[in-house]
Amino acid sequence: VENVRLLDRLSSRKAALGTLYLTATHVIFVENGSETRKETWVLHSQISSIEKQATTATGCPLLIRCKNFQVIQLVIPQERDCHDIYISLIRLARPVKYEELYCFSFNPKLDKEEREQGWKLVDLSEEYNRMGIPNNYWQISDVNRDYGVCDSYPTEVYVPKSATAHIIVGSSKFRSRRRFPALSYFCKDNNASICRSSQPLSGFSARCLEDEQMLQAIRKANPRGDFIYVVDTRPKLNAIANRAAGKGYENEDNYSNIKFQFIGIENIHVMRNSLQKMLEVCELKSPSMSDFLWGLENSGWLKHIKAIMDAGIFIAKAVAEEGVSVLVHCSDGWDRTAQVCSVASLLLDPYYRTMKGFMVLIEKDWVSFGHKFNHRYGNLDGDPKEISPVIDQFIECVWQLMEQFPCAFEFNERFLIHIQHHIYSCQFGNFLCNSQKERRELKIQERTYSLWAHLWKNRADYLNPLYRSDHSQTQGTLRPQMAPCNFLYKFWSGMYNRFEKGLHPRQSVTDYLMAVKEETQQLEEELEILQERLANLQKSQLDDDKDKSKQQDQSKQLGLSNSSNSLANTPQEYSSDLKSFPSRSPSQGDEEDSALILTQDNLKSSDPDLSANSDQESGVEDLSCRSPSGGGCLPSEDSGKDSDEAVFLAV
Amino acid sequence: MEFAELIKTPRADNVVLHRPFYLAVEGTLCLTGHHLIFSSRRQDNAEELWLLHSNIDSIEKRFVGSLGTIIIKCKDLRIIQLDIPGMEECLNIASSIEALSTLDSVTLMYPFFYRPMFEIVEDGWRSFLPDQEFELLSSVTDEWRLSCINKEFSVCPSYPPVVIVPKSIDDEALRKVAMFRHGSRFPVLSYYHKKNGMVMMRSSQPLTGTNGRRCKEDEKLINATLRPGKRGYIIDTRSLNVAQQARAKGGGFEQEVHYPQWRRIHKCIERFNILQESLIKLVEACNDQSHNMDRWLSKLEASNWLTHIKEILTAACLAAQCIDREGASVLVHGTEGTDSTLQVTSLAQIILDPRCRTIRGFESLVVREWLQAGHPFQQRCAQSAYSNGKQKWEAPVFLLFLDCVWQILRQFPCSFEFNEQFLIMLFEHAYASQFGTFLGNNENERSKLKLPQKTMSLWSWVNRSEELKKFQNPLFEANSLVIWPSVAPQSLQLWEGVFLRWNRPSRFLDEAHEEMINIIKYNKELQAKVNALRRQLAEMETDDRMQENL
Repeated sequence: VENVRLLDRLSSRKAALGTLYLTATHVIFVENGSETRKETWVLHSQISSIEKQATTATGCPLLIRCKNFQVIQLVIPQERDCHDIYISLIRLARPVKYEELYCFSFNPKLDKEEREQGWKLVDLSEEYNRMGIPNNYWQISDVNRDYGVCDSYPTEVYVPKSATAHIIVGSSKFRSRRRFPALSYFCKDNNASICRSSQPLSGFSARCLEDEQMLQAIRKANPRGDFIYVVDTRPKLNAIANRAAGKGYENEDNYSNIKFQFIGIENIHVMRNSLQKMLEVCELKSPSMSDFLWGLENSGWLKHIKAIMDAGIFIAKAVAEEGVSVLVHCSDGWDRTAQVCSVASLLLDPYYRTMKGFMVLIEKDWVSFGHKFNHRYGNLDGDPKEISPVIDQFIECVWQLMEQFPCAFEFNERFLIHIQHHIYSCQFGNFLCNSQKERRELKIQERTYSLWAHLWKNRADYLNPLYRSDHSQTQGTLRPQMAPCNFLYKFWSGMYNRFEKGLHPRQSVTDYLMAVKEETQQLEEELEILQERLANLQKSQLDDDKDKSKQQDQSKQLGLSNSSNSLANTPQEYSSDLKSFPSRSPSQGDEEDSALILTQDNLKSSDPDLSANSDQESGVEDLSCRSPSGGGCLPSEDSGKDSDEAVFLAV
Repeated sequence: MEFAELIKTPRADNVVLHRPFYLAVEGTLCLTGHHLIFSSRRQDNAEELWLLHSNIDSIEKRFVGSLGTIIIKCKDLRIIQLDIPGMEECLNIASSIEALSTLDSVTLMYPFFYRPMFEIVEDGWRSFLPDQEFELLSSVTDEWRLSCINKEFSVCPSYPPVVIVPKSIDDEALRKVAMFRHGSRFPVLSYYHKKNGMVMMRSSQPLTGTNGRRCKEDEKLINATLRPGKRGYIIDTRSLNVAQQARAKGGGFEQEVHYPQWRRIHKCIERFNILQESLIKLVEACNDQSHNMDRWLSKLEASNWLTHIKEILTAACLAAQCIDREGASVLVHGTEGTDSTLQVTSLAQIILDPRCRTIRGFESLVVREWLQAGHPFQQRCAQSAYSNGKQKWEAPVFLLFLDCVWQILRQFPCSFEFNEQFLIMLFEHAYASQFGTFLGNNENERSKLKLPQKTMSLWSWVNRSEELKKFQNPLFEANSLVIWPSVAPQSLQLWEGVFLRWNRPSRFLDEAHEEMINIIKYNKELQAKVNALRRQLAEMETDDRMQENL
């Protein structure tokens, strides 16, 4: 479709004219502009909602909201075209079969071997070995081979040695969806562990001997463990309500030596609504400070993030400081449990704060333990009530920790943003389906590529320049500030306003430092070469001096080596090299791109006030008098020398 | 008056000091005329805390049995608690501190007693003189002149003795204009934009009154700054309503009939007690240890602090935009032209002028646009967030300015030669200092107090290389462009370095900063080494070649 206008969200007049293409996998908008031909590509799987708005004189507006928080506003000249696009996109954005997803057609031009290598990058049995398992207390169990006990668990589960198959199967029958307690993290230093499960089917009074034995086995797998914590991550009220449905939580009287603890993290529906509310705030057109802060608070988003962090901190403390093992569950044990276990692991083990370790962590706590990626992130058309930003919240928790501990993580913010993007993009097979079982049935590893290999290949882009493996922040357990420091949790504009570049700092400290480090590395190499050459030269000069009177030939040779040397490296070359570091220069790339304060919107909105507020005596017009609503705050983002100024002058 | 009279108990032993994030320490408390000194007696890590009495904003006392506790709240927002055994000692100390921290005579303040322990390389009192500024200006334009009309502060008590005005306007006309402007603050040059020759002027409101008084000389003065056929903008930092109300009290604004070449824009920047209350609420929220996430955000919102930041920055960006993008000259004023006006003119210069983003240039900006321009520091900074008395003149105008600078610095972390610590240091010294720089309300008072003769300038101390090191931004690379900050709420943040400074552990952030410095330092060292080697090699090679040629 031609002559489509792509609107800028922050100033509705500034639109790009171009052509819209629909392909099997992408929506593509190509700007008409002669020099740049700027293109906007949107994967169908990123589309979260499409809204057709009332037709105006200029055309038919179409609003596309994406799961990676991009919002695209198009105006299509013909109502009919718009309708067609709308219908097509609705269909394309909600595939019904896995085979329709992008990863089955995406081909990064790697051969079979490379693809297989890619999938081997993250190996969970290697990870459990790293934790020191199997050992005297823990072993791998084959009870779930062929997914016979629990179809949402992996085939390889790690359980206490004393937990027999009988106990496991018995316990699984007493747990929601048969998700019995299994090992998530083991702390080598003190034998304390984090286990995870779903809620027990205790109802008001039911008991299960095997389940009780299972918890005892977990306790005994920690030789110094007098008790274990059982952490129910739900609000108490929700857990009690579940009892009426024959589910519920552990009764301390029935299980010996447990300490039971509720940690009120809300359910997926509350989280979905909370995100929705926060995104509405992000979408506000020129909000005032109060609108923004009030909306942010009203969404409750940061409160939820804090609840998840607090749960993770509680568990990490129990394991690291008290040396007590913890069993974590929520209802089904695949959402809140995954969040909390992975936050706790991240705090406890520096390995998970490395790039590779973080991939392993997501693979371990999310992918293998049956987090329902397909349902939660709506990859296939499904129940919208199943959708919820569960892993988004975990990713944000990591970002909040990065803000508090700037040197503790090997990766940077971009790494997190790209992972979030690909959880929704379906470009790689990692996050397809709801369980390992489904993925195996689909032969995902043979038919798609792994995101981890892709990220690993580009790891230079994702490095945190402040990370040093021997830095104190990269050692041992991270201990974030607890209780009163609510102000530590901040709005993450890098994620939720990711596509509004004008809102972000114009110069990136991370990029700058990365460029410096890159240059440093080159300097180190050059230094080495120079030193070597100097040594050679000194040596040969020494020889030269000695030999000069005797042998004339030598100098010829020297001359040769000299000239080749000076060709290989001259100062001029080097300094021009320096200048060519693209990201090194912190100055704004293009002044035209920087933000301006006035937009016509604002001036327009104040137009009606001109008469009302103007000075009756002198008839002075007031250019920027504030609108009666008290708005009058100016959108920040607007580019340079476009018609804004012209209007500003003409008023 | 002898300070000794005020100090009934000069020393107390076994005092316990409590601070957030530190273990309690036992030690000895001493009171001197200007300081509260606490020294721990642990030999391993003898620690001393020196607190200027003038830094103390408020003091509370409590008793449990004979153990007295005083809680000291400082103007730099720090709160410390001292447990003092013995009721009498505690009462004496509390009343001494109270008296010493509220001395009403300026000449009793510490700067008049302070003897510097460092070598004075450069007298800061003479570092930023108007003549130098004018010299710079004359190298690019000859349309302006230095007027000594205010030599004895006879025309305008809150202006410096010399000001820069359009060349075509003589002193006689200036006198008439001064009569037409509030507090005689006639329009003077604030900034000259080299790129296009546009200027920013500042003044106070015109005294039009209800009957629309006019002043031909005033019109002539500001028109003198316009290029033929060009228009200018007057940015009035008050809402139209407030400006209209001002007419009833003899003030007012430029009416279009008399200033046809000027377009007036009203921006509402709050002043006085609204700002002070905003600061009090914000600091209260930051110190509240009990609230949950929701209450924190709503308290932050209710304080309105960030709203003020947004308003001020928006107005400054508007002024900068008029100058740089519209190619128009600008006149900024509010009522007196000593508060919001200066916020706008100084921030606009930071946006427009790369020089103001260097350490020296920023110092010069503070001197020109705040000290010499007559921002009444002594009135505004007499008390801070813990003041109980509702003094009418107190307002965190300068702190808001520094906060806005920090917001821009955060958005352009590589464009400033100075770092956050530099801004925090200026905040501290504006409220309590051993230096005389921020004493007095204007140059007139400063000269009467003979501050340059009797006190040390802050700049004499800061501009030594030992001190400068602490305030340099390792990421700085000169950026000659105009920098346009975003004023969207998502882009503005609470300035944690000031408001959460004492309530959050900063270790991890400090470490990150250190790491940053190390990365850059190492890079520079390597560069130097490589360059030296390269030179050495080149020399040897030419020697070689010369020998060969021989």
